[in-house]
Amino acid sequence: MRIAGRGRVDRSKPVSFTFDSHRVQGFAGDTVASALLANDIKLVARSFKYHRPRGVMGAGSEEANALVTVGRAAHQDPNVRATMQEIYDGLEVRSQNRWPSLDVDLLAINDLAAPFLGAGFYYKTFMWPKAFWERVYEPIIRRSAGLGALSGAHNEDLYEKAFAFCDVLVIGAGPAGLMAALTAARAGADVLLADEDSELGGRLNSENEEVDGISASEWAADVVDELSAMPNVRMMPRTTVTGAYDQGTFGALERVSHHLNDASGRPLECFWRIVAKRTILCTGAIERPIAFRNNDRPGIMSAAAVRTYVNRYGVAPGRAVTVFTNNDDGHRTARDLRAAGVHVTAVLDSRKDAPEGQGYQVIPGAEVCDAGGRKALESVTYRTVSGEEKLGTDCLAVSGGWNPSVHLTCHMNGRPEWSEDIQSFGPVEGMVPGMTTAGACNGTFSTLGALNEGAEKANEAVEALGFKAVETERLVAEDAPYNLEPLWAVAGRGRAWLDFQNDVTVKDVKQAAKENFRSVEHMKRYTTQGMAPDQGKTSSMGALAVLADATGRGIPETGTTTFRPPFVPVSIAALGAGGQGIGFSPERFTTSHEASVTDGAPMIEAGLWYRPSYFPKTGETKWRQSCDREVQMVRNAVGVCDVSTLGKIDIQGSDAGAFLDFVYTNTFSTLKLGKVRYGLMLREDGTVLDDGTTARLGEEHFVMTTTTAAAGPVMRHLEYVHQCLRPELDVSMVSVTEHWAQFAVAGPKSRELLSGIVGEEIDNERIPFMGCGEITVGGIRGRLFRISFSGEHAYEIAVPARYGESLYQALVQKAEALGGGAYGMEALNVLRIEKGFITHSEIHGRTTAFDIGMERMVSAKKDCIGKTMSERPGLYGDEREQLVGLKPVGAVKQLTAGAHLFEVDADPVRENEQGYTTSVGFSTTFESFLGLAFLRNGRARHGEQVVMVDHLRGVTARCEVCDPVFFDPEGGRMRG
Amino acid sequence: MVELIAKTPCETLLPLTVGDVSLTEELPVSLTMITARKERFAACSDLLKSAHGMAMPKPNRATGTAASRAVWFGPGQAMLLGPTPNWILQNEATVVDQSDAWTVVKLEGAEAEGVLARLVPVDLRATTFKRGNTARTMLGHMTVSVTRVGEQVFQIMTFRSMAKTLVHDLQRAMESLAARG
Repeated sequence: MRIAGRGRVDRSKPVSFTFDSHRVQGFAGDTVASALLANDIKLVARSFKYHRPRGVMGAGSEEANALVTVGRAAHQDPNVRATMQEIYDGLEVRSQNRWPSLDVDLLAINDLAAPFLGAGFYYKTFMWPKAFWERVYEPIIRRSAGLGALSGAHNEDLYEKAFAFCDVLVIGAGPAGLMAALTAARAGADVLLADEDSELGGRLNSENEEVDGISASEWAADVVDELSAMPNVRMMPRTTVTGAYDQGTFGALERVSHHLNDASGRPLECFWRIVAKRTILCTGAIERPIAFRNNDRPGIMSAAAVRTYVNRYGVAPGRAVTVFTNNDDGHRTARDLRAAGVHVTAVLDSRKDAPEGQGYQVIPGAEVCDAGGRKALESVTYRTVSGEEKLGTDCLAVSGGWNPSVHLTCHMNGRPEWSEDIQSFGPVEGMVPGMTTAGACNGTFSTLGALNEGAEKANEAVEALGFKAVETERLVAEDAPYNLEPLWAVAGRGRAWLDFQNDVTVKDVKQAAKENFRSVEHMKRYTTQGMAPDQGKTSSMGALAVLADATGRGIPETGTTTFRPPFVPVSIAALGAGGQGIGFSPERFTTSHEASVTDGAPMIEAGLWYRPSYFPKTGETKWRQSCDREVQMVRNAVGVCDVSTLGKIDIQGSDAGAFLDFVYTNTFSTLKLGKVRYGLMLREDGTVLDDGTTARLGEEHFVMTTTTAAAGPVMRHLEYVHQCLRPELDVSMVSVTEHWAQFAVAGPKSRELLSGIVGEEIDNERIPFMGCGEITVGGIRGRLFRISFSGEHAYEIAVPARYGESLYQALVQKAEALGGGAYGMEALNVLRIEKGFITHSEIHGRTTAFDIGMERMVSAKKDCIGKTMSERPGLYGDEREQLVGLKPVGAVKQLTAGAHLFEVDADPVRENEQGYTTSVGFSTTFESFLGLAFLRNGRARHGEQVVMVDHLRGVTARCEVCDPVFFDPEGGRMRG
Repeated sequence: MVELIAKTPCETLLPLTVGDVSLTEELPVSLTMITARKERFAACSDLLKSAHGMAMPKPNRATGTAASRAVWFGPGQAMLLGPTPNWILQNEATVVDQSDAWTVVKLEGAEAEGVLARLVPVDLRATTFKRGNTARTMLGHMTVSVTRVGEQVFQIMTFRSMAKTLVHDLQRAMESLAARG
């Protein structure tokens, strides 16, 4: 029910939205919760386990009951707190965890079965038969218990991630937070003020009180105006700080457009990483409920939340409101209700010395012991020394005292301390380095106390940062005493709720204690209290007070479970913002990319690079047709392939040769100018790191090539070796991978092709096999290397990358005129398998130089990285799996990579495994599949037969073991 | 004979303006990596000063002017942007041509800092990251060099091959920020 003339919502701006398809009218400034209450809609949710009817309980992010689903289809957002969701025209809200409807929920039958569904029920009941758990029990339990659901559709919303830095981070913009921010900002510090509410001011916007002679909300608005005008202050409303991490780092979730009908390009949420030199935590406190029978009825709310609805939203949550309290705060609610013209039935005060009512009836020493009504509260029964009485009421405002919101202080494993004064756990200085606490979260509950403490802590913080503290004005504000007499649970029969979100009752906690789950951590896990989105914001204190009582210990001895991040649920979409689809990783494109795509080549990923798989020609419908043609093209004419993705490292210095001798197994200091040598590099543990060629361009100048995949790791390795192992060497290295566009030109007609491109004469004299030199192409200086990965007479030609596309097109055009053309990764792979050349399929991180048959490349004349370690027993010898070639010789002609090798008559089981295949390809040259494999003692077994079994693909083929070099073993073609 | 045609890394991608932030491609005549020879940093710095007018930058700093700038790139290492290097530098340094290895862009506008705050995890506030300050850091998932070259102007460098991702990430951040109004 709306109260005329009250509240801060904008009555000139009506807003309508739907709740379970019913149209609901509210005003700008309303939340879903306040609008529903204004329309007397009490039943908004069904509980997690028992499907009990539930209503709005609180007014902030601590809300445990009123979780709703917002939006539809891919935009559907489950478990949104109705108390946090601002309304807008067209907003669609649905209740959740009910079937078929909120009003008639058939699963409410669970409530009748409650005697069987208590703590530990699942653990004890669904034990046999074992196989039933996964297939039968769990699906049923999951369907009947739960929260909201995701749509299952691909998320289309936009999310954002951002970084912020400040001198002072103030978390929470209530009285303490506003004063802290104002003081720090006036001192000149860079201030960031974050608050989860849409409107800054915290309780100042909810209470009917004055600060400095004006209404508290006006005072807050003035401070917000002053802060907004300061260039050194950043205000972050709708931003919940979710976690505290090392070195002053905080996570924060900003709800950017959850409150807008049309986001117009804005992200839905932004996840901030904030780094602050000092932090002042001003997160306030959360009012705790009191457990009594049926205390979860819709209409039973926090007393402070009732004040928020009356004062901020102009909504009376009931027509006849009863207050149940154990402290003076409950009386404030009664006063505010009266001032707003709402009937107060009575204030039931558990304290025998309760203060007198100011125009309302106070019943001292009264405890509520039952609540009547199912889908809405109809009555409460209270107990005094003179017996039990029933009172007709449609709203019960409960205040069990306040718990400081110390959650963030616990995120780095600090434990809060019990405070007898406030009967709750409070923060301890230094729980999070650089963070101090002020106001209610520090146990200072009066407005004046919070204001002063905010200013004081801010001055301490800025002084620590070298700013001058500022004089703060003396404020006049509410400073009433708290006067609490603890009451956690009212004794009596029936179920009394502690954790509303997880349906945990006093009985469950007692049951846990009885079954010896006496540690608070065990109790939590056994009963599920304090879990899920809520993280025990309203329930933890009550639960451990009951546990303390049940185990005969005090609360401080019982201790508390720790609070873990995040403070509120954070969507994975926000955490991983920008990482969806192509945002997952950068894309690296070669200069020939567009030309390859234009030619219809499917591009495959090689690390971050994209490389052409094959180039389909008219009439070719299968990749193998293109691949076979491209292989023959290279063997018989000429092919062109972009090899720019291979790592190129420019190494210079008077000790460059010595450096290379140290990182390579073989010697490079003796390499002649203008020559290229193949090199093998080991890791420190003796296994092969990478291979490639290195050319000597000058007396002190080398260019190393690496494989595509290992370009980064090799660069890192070289830097490590130089900086840590051999700092005395005069050598420097720079990656020039991206500077040069480099193309392989391979085939018997390669020289013919190049002679039409390169300005200089190319002959065996100038550029012999494994030679290199500077050349010009159209006047542009480039480099030419005579190296071959195909076994053919071949070159690699390099020009600065800006000319890459142009050169590529010229090369392919000339190649086509000579009966050749471009070839892709598939053909490249077949060509190198025919030659027995290795890639990272073979040097996969577990193979040694011995395994790949290159142990003679580990020079005996010098030391190198990995040499000693590669000589360890077990890393060489007959027991090792050694590189061999495989040819199918049986009925099955197919070979597959990743298959296992067995002796001909052996059972194909793990124990009999003799090796595995690493690379296979169909060779048109040999009209057969060819494979490279590692086989135990393989080099001694050439000519033997083995069986290849691919258990995954279901292929079994008999093979002959042979030398890995199938094609032109003498190498005449590439030397020629 | 063939005639080779040059293409810049962002030829088909830039310029771009969203709200009041613009992103343009920078095309220095040359990019040169200068690495001081072992124990020759001071001599290398003097030589760079006499050859190109600026000292070797200290860590996280850039020296020189818009037309000729040296940006710190690593221990004892600077990227010279602009002039064709004077080869006399080779007496004290290793000089490697990097002209085609990098994409260089300029992000300019009142909200440029806000755009980078969505992608770069280091503190780029004007009070801590002043003109002439530089950082080797990340932009999204890419390694970059970011230098403040003006009050509201940043120079960003990444590998040539990543130009498209660089523009994609920056454009997304620019649009997302501009939408907030």
